[in-house]
Amino acid sequence: MAQAKTYDIDTIRRDFPILHQQVHNQPLIYLDNAATTQKPKPVIDKVNEIYSLKNSNIHRGVHYLSTQLTEAYEEAREKVREFINAGNTHEIIFTGGTTHSINAIAYSFGEKYVQAGDEIIIAELEHHANIVPWQVLCERKDARLKVIPINDRGEIIMEAYEKMISGKTKIVAINHISNTLGTINDVKKIINLAHKQDIPVLVDGAQSVQHQTIDVQELDCDFFAFSGHKIYGPNGTGVLYGKEKWLEDLPPYQTGGEMIHKVSFEHTTYTSPPLKFEAGTSNYVGAIGMAEALKYLQKIGLDEIAAHEKGLLDYATSRLEEIPGLTIYGTASKKISVISFLIENIHHYDTGMVLDKMGIAVRTGHHCTEPLMNHFNVEGTVRCSFAMYNTKDEIDHLYRALIKVNEMFG
Amino acid sequence: MTINEKQQEIIDEFALFDDWMDKYNYLIEQSKDLPEMEPENKTEENLIEGCQSKVWLHAEMDGDKLVFRADSDAIITKGLIALLIRVLSGRKPEEIKDANLYFIDEIGLKENLSPTRSNGLLAMINKIKAYAMAYELKKNQ
Repeated sequence: MAQAKTYDIDTIRRDFPILHQQVHNQPLIYLDNAATTQKPKPVIDKVNEIYSLKNSNIHRGVHYLSTQLTEAYEEAREKVREFINAGNTHEIIFTGGTTHSINAIAYSFGEKYVQAGDEIIIAELEHHANIVPWQVLCERKDARLKVIPINDRGEIIMEAYEKMISGKTKIVAINHISNTLGTINDVKKIINLAHKQDIPVLVDGAQSVQHQTIDVQELDCDFFAFSGHKIYGPNGTGVLYGKEKWLEDLPPYQTGGEMIHKVSFEHTTYTSPPLKFEAGTSNYVGAIGMAEALKYLQKIGLDEIAAHEKGLLDYATSRLEEIPGLTIYGTASKKISVISFLIENIHHYDTGMVLDKMGIAVRTGHHCTEPLMNHFNVEGTVRCSFAMYNTKDEIDHLYRALIKVNEMFG
Repeated sequence: MTINEKQQEIIDEFALFDDWMDKYNYLIEQSKDLPEMEPENKTEENLIEGCQSKVWLHAEMDGDKLVFRADSDAIITKGLIALLIRVLSGRKPEEIKDANLYFIDEIGLKENLSPTRSNGLLAMINKIKAYAMAYELKKNQ
């Protein structure tokens, strides 16, 4: 039997150079991980190594550097495939991030399959990146955007969704985990219900890949989108997974070099996926760096990370609940390590400014989820989000800092 | 008192504080001293949308002086507004238009005016200056 890995937080923290610094003369406590995660040494070293020794444009080259790096890029694609357990490597498309991935499908799928009077389903707790592209598509095609409501704990109301699906529904686009509330949505059930009526589902996995093991075949989602920078990889990288049948079928959303089969001034034919969806020079350095981040995560262990983060969530929730006047927004029974809150009448911006001065990085505002803020009837919240390298000691600091906030503004 | 004398007065007040906590506490005090803005002036038109905090600004002429009323939903922002109002309100448009606001830098709160802060303060100063320019133009017509 394999021995459970021990979670050595000190070693993990040593792998992240950025954490060991002071801001405003205080040790940095980075709790803005849902916005972006910090990068471990192997990722930084890999990017540095490519630019120092290996850089060359991929795929078209006949020379040594190009061939070597093309191989590394395709290995990165295979690493992503393995990481989310896709059936085929050509189902993995490298993009610039989750937003890019969703826009690609909203365009390609929308062009081919959405017509006037059709419906697209999203949920009330979507990030703007999974609202606006569909809204624009609906405007373009005179289609309708339907929104699944949530309850006050921040959970999708499944019965409402079931009633919403109909013969008019063309696609369901749903976030796996809410960036603002941390709610883990039952995407498996959402997908099953849609598939009963042959409706494809896109899952926005921007907040899920870094917190739990993803198996796109087990989920049976048609599309899955995520960003490299939120999973400890380089900025400006992302992934769009699509089932083979869709990627073969859908038109490209961008055209240019790299994605063609034959070009003449009369007619152009496209190459097969994945390159059909990777027009132009891709961010190959970022993609290879992202694969390095995935290797790092596998080394630490996703289950171990999830267990550590669950410990942080439970501890932080109980500490924050001790603070007089503090309300937590998002109390779903299944959550990741994200806590949105407000302290009575204290403005989120004031809280964030004072925390910053105490070395604590949090996010304040609407977190790109304005409709969700409207649900809770607030302008914004303070959000702390924990990652694999955070500690209970940091949560104690947060607690003391919030007591201070209360004293100053209360 | 000229604009620069007023700025110096604020700089002297802040010279008493050596850490951010004292400065912020002083801003909170200042926010309480800000003359209240009439609710009917808190209109959409007077709203300066920062991404983080809201700022309302209302301007009207009182004789040859331009008077500003302002408010914010965030206290630190409101404290900074109070300082700006102390320096700029109740002055002739030409004075306001040409004002060089160095005091915010000198009291160590310059970061609050960075465009990336999106708290509405920088937009508020720009709007104050735009009002001053508009009223001066009107006067010269």
